[in-house]
Amino acid sequence: MKHLFTGTALALITAAGAAQAESHMADVSACLITKTDTNPFFVKMREGAQQAAEEMGITLNAYAGNVDGDHETQVDAIETCIANGASGILITASDTSAIVSAVTQARDAGLLVIALDTPLNPIDAADATFATDNFLAGELIGQWAAAKLGEEAANAKIAMLDLGVSQPSVDVLRDQGFLTGFGIDTKDPNKWGDEDDPRIVGNDVTAGNEEGGRTAMENLLAKDPEINVVYTINEPAAAGAYEALKSFGRENDVLIVSVDGGCPGVANVADGIIGATSQQYPLEMAKLGVEAIAQYAEDGTLPENTEGKDFYDTGVKLVTDEPVDGVDSISVEEGQELCWG
Amino acid sequence: MSIGQKREPILTGRNLVKRYGKVVALDHCDFDLYPGEILAVIGDNGAGKSTLIKALSGAVIPDAGEVRLEGKPVHFTSPNDARHAGIETVYQTLAMSPALSITDNMFMGREMRKPGFRGKWLRQLDRPAMEKFARDKLNDLGLMTIQNINQAVETLSGGQRQGVAVARAAAFGSRVIILDEPTAALGVKESRRVLELILDVRSRGIPIILISHNMPHVFELADRVHVHRLGKRLCVIDPKNHSMSDAVAYMTGAKVPETEFETA
Amino acid sequence: MPTDTDHYETSVRERRAEAVAEFADHKPSPLQRVQHALHVTPALVPLIVLLASIVVFGALLGSRFFSPFALTLILQQVQIVGIVAAAQSLVILTAGIDLSVGAIMVLSSVVMGQFTFRYGIPGPVAVACGLAVGTACGFLNGWLVARMKLPPFIVTLGTWQIFLATNYLYSANETIRAQDIEATAPILQFFGAKFSIGGAVFTVGVVFMITLILGLGWVLRHTAWGRHVYALGDDAEAAQLSGVDVKRTLISVYMLSGLICAFAGWALIGRIGSVSPTSGYDANIESITAVVIGGISLFGGRGSIMGSLFGALIVGVFSLGLRLLGADAQWTYFFIGVLIIAAVAVDQWIRKVSA
Repeated sequence: MKHLFTGTALALITAAGAAQAESHMADVSACLITKTDTNPFFVKMREGAQQAAEEMGITLNAYAGNVDGDHETQVDAIETCIANGASGILITASDTSAIVSAVTQARDAGLLVIALDTPLNPIDAADATFATDNFLAGELIGQWAAAKLGEEAANAKIAMLDLGVSQPSVDVLRDQGFLTGFGIDTKDPNKWGDEDDPRIVGNDVTAGNEEGGRTAMENLLAKDPEINVVYTINEPAAAGAYEALKSFGRENDVLIVSVDGGCPGVANVADGIIGATSQQYPLEMAKLGVEAIAQYAEDGTLPENTEGKDFYDTGVKLVTDEPVDGVDSISVEEGQELCWG
Repeated sequence: MSIGQKREPILTGRNLVKRYGKVVALDHCDFDLYPGEILAVIGDNGAGKSTLIKALSGAVIPDAGEVRLEGKPVHFTSPNDARHAGIETVYQTLAMSPALSITDNMFMGREMRKPGFRGKWLRQLDRPAMEKFARDKLNDLGLMTIQNINQAVETLSGGQRQGVAVARAAAFGSRVIILDEPTAALGVKESRRVLELILDVRSRGIPIILISHNMPHVFELADRVHVHRLGKRLCVIDPKNHSMSDAVAYMTGAKVPETEFETA
Repeated sequence: MPTDTDHYETSVRERRAEAVAEFADHKPSPLQRVQHALHVTPALVPLIVLLASIVVFGALLGSRFFSPFALTLILQQVQIVGIVAAAQSLVILTAGIDLSVGAIMVLSSVVMGQFTFRYGIPGPVAVACGLAVGTACGFLNGWLVARMKLPPFIVTLGTWQIFLATNYLYSANETIRAQDIEATAPILQFFGAKFSIGGAVFTVGVVFMITLILGLGWVLRHTAWGRHVYALGDDAEAAQLSGVDVKRTLISVYMLSGLICAFAGWALIGRIGSVSPTSGYDANIESITAVVIGGISLFGGRGSIMGSLFGALIVGVFSLGLRLLGADAQWTYFFIGVLIIAAVAVDQWIRKVSA
């Protein structure tokens, strides 16, 4: 019966949504729209969603942008989901503002829209947000790095390897969280790069991959070869930065911290390449998202936020083999059990 | 110049046929070129003279008929085949690479390699030898107002380019040289220079097929004139016994020749 | 600019005059002499821009930039783009374009990595397989362009997607970690091996890039094949009529380009230590940028492969220089954009030298 309503007027689609809520679960379908289908983080997210959907007996359609930042394809995907009469959409937005109008359209059509991993701008443009607390993720590695250096933290020379010049929210939150955790004044917390603390050698962008990480690290080392703390946006960038440090002969006396908790990244923590990383849980995010859509399709219940936050926190844990006082962490073995990709 | 009809033709075509769909470009066409002569081929646009020339130079494979070179049947499947047989064509477009040097263009497709290891294994070109050869050939034809043999062809004037193309054909064309509209793009003085060049090449004993629309040039140079009409040879006339207006009248069908061969 | 219009008018006037001036030479103006010099040595413009930008950044940054260390660091940073740009140059010289270079590079590196780790094939054999895969990809491009007569832009737009998708499907997005490669198959990281002379640091990849470009420069200049590449890029029809086997030459160019991209893939493993299927996404655009700034004409047949190395280095100098100055990374893109347009404008101007 779903097909009858495909591509018809908005009102009919809304009716279809309502009709589906009463029907059997097998008729319920959900959409997952990720930034790309190549990044292991999203691959894992899709796996988690698929698994949860099978368990609950609902249909999951997965879509993805061609590259990170490709929000046009994401808008197309949202429109496809509306036309398909899906009950809800899980989306990791490539552009947190640009897709808002398409999201509004979907919500008007009666779909539940949950932002996964990346909050929309404004955050309440989606019905709910299931995400890692990226600020907390940054804060944990900042606190860990500061505690690890102890007295020396006052004389640290820090390289900040960020994601991209467009400063997406996840980029800003992790960066500013790290600085806050380390005890550095962040000035405008909605922007990285405006800090004037002399301990920061500089910011450079990595595109979140190995090659970008290496080049950015080389640039900052050329600026100041005494760098001893490296913040990285994610673990591939950290691996690239490590190669650069190695070529400068500095691989053993520099502290690298990162965010993600992917399996190669955690293995790098085990090998002492990365000092500590904040692990996030994409599988969990996707699973909770699918469950929320199923729930909504059944009785219209909307998911609730974590107390004290404007989103549902799917958790973050610090993975390190060198725990410090005052910062909770899990061991590498535990991290490896929970890792993704 | 007297042409001995009893001498064997160097290049002949018999009953050549070429169809493009329903259009018959060559309709059982015959063709004869004798040693040492300049044979002009004239005809109205669309008469099929370029198809005839292409069939002789390997750029077109005829559907039927036979081409003989020095009495032996030949079957060219590409311009390279004809070239290997000693038939060189100077195309109207000149077929030169403007950005490359005179030497490079003269040797395109038949470069000389250095002797020994460097030539055999590194495949290194023998530039000094190639440059000397090119310079000699241009000198032979009195073209050494071109100062630098390594200058790009596009820096040459139209006449100079035509000169280089003719020199290339003369250097490698051991049996026949075909010139397609060699003066069409040139000014008066440059045309004059190229006409002298053609006579110069002929004086070395290489027969030339000259395709041209320019009647004064044809009548000045040619020993015989092949008039092409409706896909075949209408007649061959001796320019000494005919006026240009006769030739044009035959070409356009305004007048019909009494015999196919009017030359002595 | 008044000088440009003036020049245009004079050149038109001269062309008209030449029609009757026949074989006599004329005295060139100083501007024409410059134009002629650039025409004969197309790599001169990027070389001058490169040296000028090194001097400017050297003056602004002093020894932080103007040191053997920083300058060789630029070489290391541009090695991948430099190698890929060499492949791109060959294709662009034939008046083609290869959008699939980055995809071939990544696919080859993934084959080298996965063959070693998934099937336990010895490192050197896996490397050979990767190189073969790159060459095969190039052959496919060349075959479609030369035999099927499809436009290179369309062909490589398609194969770009195909190779990239194959890469993702085959690798399952798995990154092979640097430490595992180091332990099992260090030959994969061969291009990352480094040595230093004074303060200057060189890697095998850098040496390879420079050797490759010098070697290709020699081959293009001193072999018949090289001359044919230029001739068919200049005017394929004319080359064919002059006796060049255009199809074979074209296919050989694309195959060589694929092989060089596979070497770039090997060098990429050396550079980032690991095998990552997500690298090199922008390699096609970056290589075209280097080639264009390097003064090689996108219309084919003109330019020197050395130019593409200079083009890549110019981008490297601007990136590092601006980062050291603390400028926003956007400025790098801004200046690269300006350089691209300037390079194409100069190319057009040089072309007017003819006749």
